[in-house]
Amino acid sequence: MTLWEFVGDRWSRLAIEAYQHASVVIQCTLIAAVIGILIGVAVYRSPLGSIVATALASTVLTIPSFALLGLLIPVLGLGVAPTVTVLVLYALLPIVRNTIVGLGGVDAAVTDAARGIGMNRVAVLTRVELRLAWPAILAGMRVSTQMLMGIAAIAAYAKGPGLGTEIFSGLNRAGAANATNQALAGTIGVIVLALVVDGLYLIIARLTTSRGIRG
Amino acid sequence: MAEPSVAIELDEVTKRYPGQREPAVDGFTMSINPGEITIFVGPSGCGKTTTMRMINRLIEPTSGRITIGGEDTLSLNPDELRRRIGYAIQQAGLFPHQTVAQNVGVVPGLLGWSKAKIAERVDEMLSLVGLDPGEFAGRYPRQLSGGQQQRVGVARALAADPPVLLMDEPFGAVDPITRGNLQDELMRLQAELHKTIVFVTHDFDEAVKLGDRIAVLGDRSTILQYDTPEAILANPADDTVAGFVGAGASLKQLTLMRVRDIEMAQAVTATEDESPATVRQRIEAEGRRYALILDKRRRPLRWVHFRQLTGSSMAGIGRPVGDQVSVQSTLQDALEAMLTEGGDAVVTGNRGEYVGTVQLDTVVTRIRELREEHAS
Ligand SMILES: Nc1ncnc2c1ncn2[C@@H]1O[C@H](COP(=O)(O)OP(=O)(O)OP(=O)(O)O)[C@@H](O)[C@H]1O
Ligand SMILES: [Mg+2]
Repeated sequence: MTLWEFVGDRWSRLAIEAYQHASVVIQCTLIAAVIGILIGVAVYRSPLGSIVATALASTVLTIPSFALLGLLIPVLGLGVAPTVTVLVLYALLPIVRNTIVGLGGVDAAVTDAARGIGMNRVAVLTRVELRLAWPAILAGMRVSTQMLMGIAAIAAYAKGPGLGTEIFSGLNRAGAANATNQALAGTIGVIVLALVVDGLYLIIARLTTSRGIRG
Repeated sequence: MAEPSVAIELDEVTKRYPGQREPAVDGFTMSINPGEITIFVGPSGCGKTTTMRMINRLIEPTSGRITIGGEDTLSLNPDELRRRIGYAIQQAGLFPHQTVAQNVGVVPGLLGWSKAKIAERVDEMLSLVGLDPGEFAGRYPRQLSGGQQQRVGVARALAADPPVLLMDEPFGAVDPITRGNLQDELMRLQAELHKTIVFVTHDFDEAVKLGDRIAVLGDRSTILQYDTPEAILANPADDTVAGFVGAGASLKQLTLMRVRDIEMAQAVTATEDESPATVRQRIEAEGRRYALILDKRRRPLRWVHFRQLTGSSMAGIGRPVGDQVSVQSTLQDALEAMLTEGGDAVVTGNRGEYVGTVQLDTVVTRIRELREEHAS
């Protein structure tokens, strides 16, 4: 069977897995974005806090994803829980870092004027600072999503959802009929998915960034 | 406009920044007159900005009391207080992600005005600062020049019609010509609006031009002199102030006085259809040497010396009048005209008609009188 025939044959299953893959990656990016932005907002005014938060988030990235997953299985069991935990942890660094950089890069004169004309702290943050930091934050989310596309495949090791299932099963059955096709189909699926989602990011960036600050 | 002018009182206001031995502002007491432009001027780091920012509580005083229109600022919610005080700064600080219209409409929005009322107000404000709403309302700050950004900054500060306006070196970052225009515009606005304006600068000439009163500040925001520009120029309180006033105080005085403030002289005038002999007679009868030839609508044409009045016609004789001044011109402009013309400056009215002349002696005398008036 050629790769084409294999994909045609297993289309419905691959489609479901691709959907699950994208879904888990996007949901984890969103969770990480909420947490990451909150962390960024909490620390960006303090140089020490910013360093510590960035360092902690980077430390997570130095742990091999496979190892982290393996360590979490005894604690969280198999399936969705360890997958989501790992993905969210990995997604944090780019988002936290870009939130801090983005908020830190807001012109002090602009926030001074915002306060000076009578915006309260929350309004300054939500109506001015986060709006101006948004392109940077979104860029962080985009990097996170790209990274998670690959890492989510590894989550199949913990029986997580997604295209990783095909890759693992294909690799496990190396030599058997269609084993290579199966692993390839999973891998190419991840790549295609990553490209499509990246394109979506460009559209979202365009739609959500004010013309006044678009690059 | 809606709100009447209010006074600002600062009473023994002190600011001590954490970790600094000396206070940045030390027991500052001042009454700021309602409806006037009060200028804080002084060297860098003397505490002008700190003092000004305590008025709208962007900086909280360590001790002391500030009242605006009799109301203690500490008794108010700081955010609500600031919505009633216009605030304009050197870098303009416009919100880059918002259009000019959105920037100007921010404070009315915070105050809960209706959309229609805000839109109307935005147009009114943009016109007020000399920007065509049709052209500029939809632009983003980065699509504006520095001077235009400053105008929008001022429009934003004034949008909710606050009785008080704080301006921290608002024209410090633009080129001298634009700065001059912005200063003229602020004076025009103020003549209309009568806000209580506190204006920080370290440019003494700007202070003289804009200020109803000037506070010359020294270290720790100590008040070295607080008086009208005329009085400070005529009689600086001490050497530090004199140093700050700089060389040419008398020349700066000239920028404060207008031609209408002094006594004008009258030249012997003539028209082109008169005979030279009669004009010559008139000049000699008055004991003068020159006559000013006017056209049919009494606009000045040429100066003619009595010795030139020998021919049979006035046509073409004499030296054309170059620089002229109006009654609104400053004495500096008049002096400039005298120097380029090499004689009296010709003063013309709104339609360019001759109204009189300014003589050097009158200017010199006026300056001397001012000094004597303000001598302590
Ligand atoms: N946030 C701060 N923390 C500590 N010290 C400060 C702070 N802001 C200002 N200062 C100090 O207070 C003094 C007065 O500063 P301020 O900004 O009021 O001066 P200024 O007269 O406005 O100067 P400039 O003309 O340069 O703007 C300076 O010595 C400055 O170093
Ligand atoms: Mg300052």
